[in-house]
Amino acid sequence: MDWGALHAILGGVNKHSTSIGKIWLTVLFVFRVMILVVAAERVWGDEQQDFICNTLQPGCKNVCYDHFFPISHIRLWALQLIFVSTPALLVVMHVAYTRQEKKRHFRNSEKINIEELKNEKIHIQGALWWTYTSSIFFRIVFEAIFMYAFYYMYDGYQMPRLVKCNAWPCPNTVDCFVSRPTEKTTFTIFMLAVSGICILLNLAELCYLVIKVCVRERRKST
Amino acid sequence: MSWGFLRDLLSGVNKYSTGIGRIWIAIVFIFRLLVYVVAAENVWKYEHDEFECNTKQPGCENVCFDHFFPVSHIRLWALQLIIVSTPSLLVVFHVAYRESREKRHNQKLYSSPGKMDGGLLCAYLVSLVLKAGFEIVFLVLFYKLYNGFRVPRLVKCDMRPCPNAVDCYISKPTEKMIFLYFLVATSGVCIVLNVSELSYLIFKYSIKCYMKTFSEKQQ
Repeated sequence: MDWGALHAILGGVNKHSTSIGKIWLTVLFVFRVMILVVAAERVWGDEQQDFICNTLQPGCKNVCYDHFFPISHIRLWALQLIFVSTPALLVVMHVAYTRQEKKRHFRNSEKINIEELKNEKIHIQGALWWTYTSSIFFRIVFEAIFMYAFYYMYDGYQMPRLVKCNAWPCPNTVDCFVSRPTEKTTFTIFMLAVSGICILLNLAELCYLVIKVCVRERRKST
Repeated sequence: MSWGFLRDLLSGVNKYSTGIGRIWIAIVFIFRLLVYVVAAENVWKYEHDEFECNTKQPGCENVCFDHFFPVSHIRLWALQLIIVSTPSLLVVFHVAYRESREKRHNQKLYSSPGKMDGGLLCAYLVSLVLKAGFEIVFLVLFYKLYNGFRVPRLVKCDMRPCPNAVDCYISKPTEKMIFLYFLVATSGVCIVLNVSELSYLIFKYSIKCYMKTFSEKQQ
């Protein structure tokens, strides 16, 4: 059970997405999940081991590390990716529910090819439009919340080289050195940039859906 | 979920590539991806732990390592592999767009959605230009960040809190240098393949265009 499971779950969403939605899904898996797994996890792998404080006082290093890194960047990113992917499940559930209803309706009236029903493309209109739009809205909200959480927790997006710590049991103010600060800053900015691109894609998809519905309504009224 | 995902992505592109494109995919899989996963990753695995400075000053090693390796070679290599493979997605998207258009209009608009003509040819050419461009950007980045492709055995560091200029020793410098040269060589081969594929396609379709207008003129 790993990121592959998320890929399997979201694969079903791909069929019912707009083109922008498909691009968003690709960007999510290629530039966020893949980068997290193959590169970022290695950079943060030795973060506590190589967090060094200029003191021999036992426990000081642990306490300082915990004070400056309440939750590691890697864990926050993993949570962000999961929360941001989950609204898409609303669409999957809605489509499954619609298919179930159709199957039940046809079972009562006449026989129908089950395979045909499974592969029938469901258009984004009516109730599905509302579900789809709400899922995009929630995605944008979750992305924004996590970006703000990063900014708030770490006072910006830069990883400092040196932090001064005077939490108990450190004897006085002690210098503590973070491992690989420049590499971590680079990856933080990269992930931030890709989050920004994902937010823009979601906004574009939202505008596209709203415009599509307005055009359809105008055509119906004329 | 890791490199297997990239491998599946590129396998999907294989159907719509030319012969040279398929050679490019094979080189990326075997000489870059496979070498990265089975060999190169292990060379850089303990780079931070085995980076030793001639001092007992706490924090000096951390700071010196960060100064000499702002972004590790192996991370740049991984980013290069991912970013250089992504332009191929343009081709996949275009074919998917053609297939969805045919389905929507319920008629055969293309002799085959994967045939290289018009829009698909443009998408393919753009992807080739982007691939070559990204390769060159990463090679220049490597060169600029590390002053060439050499990995020194010893670096002298005088960043705070190191008390004065301190000798720091990099682990496995020769092995890292060999793999770096290997990376540069395979990138170079891939650039040459992309450029030759680009020239071949432009040449082939210009000749086709010229023959068409020539035969039309004759009629």
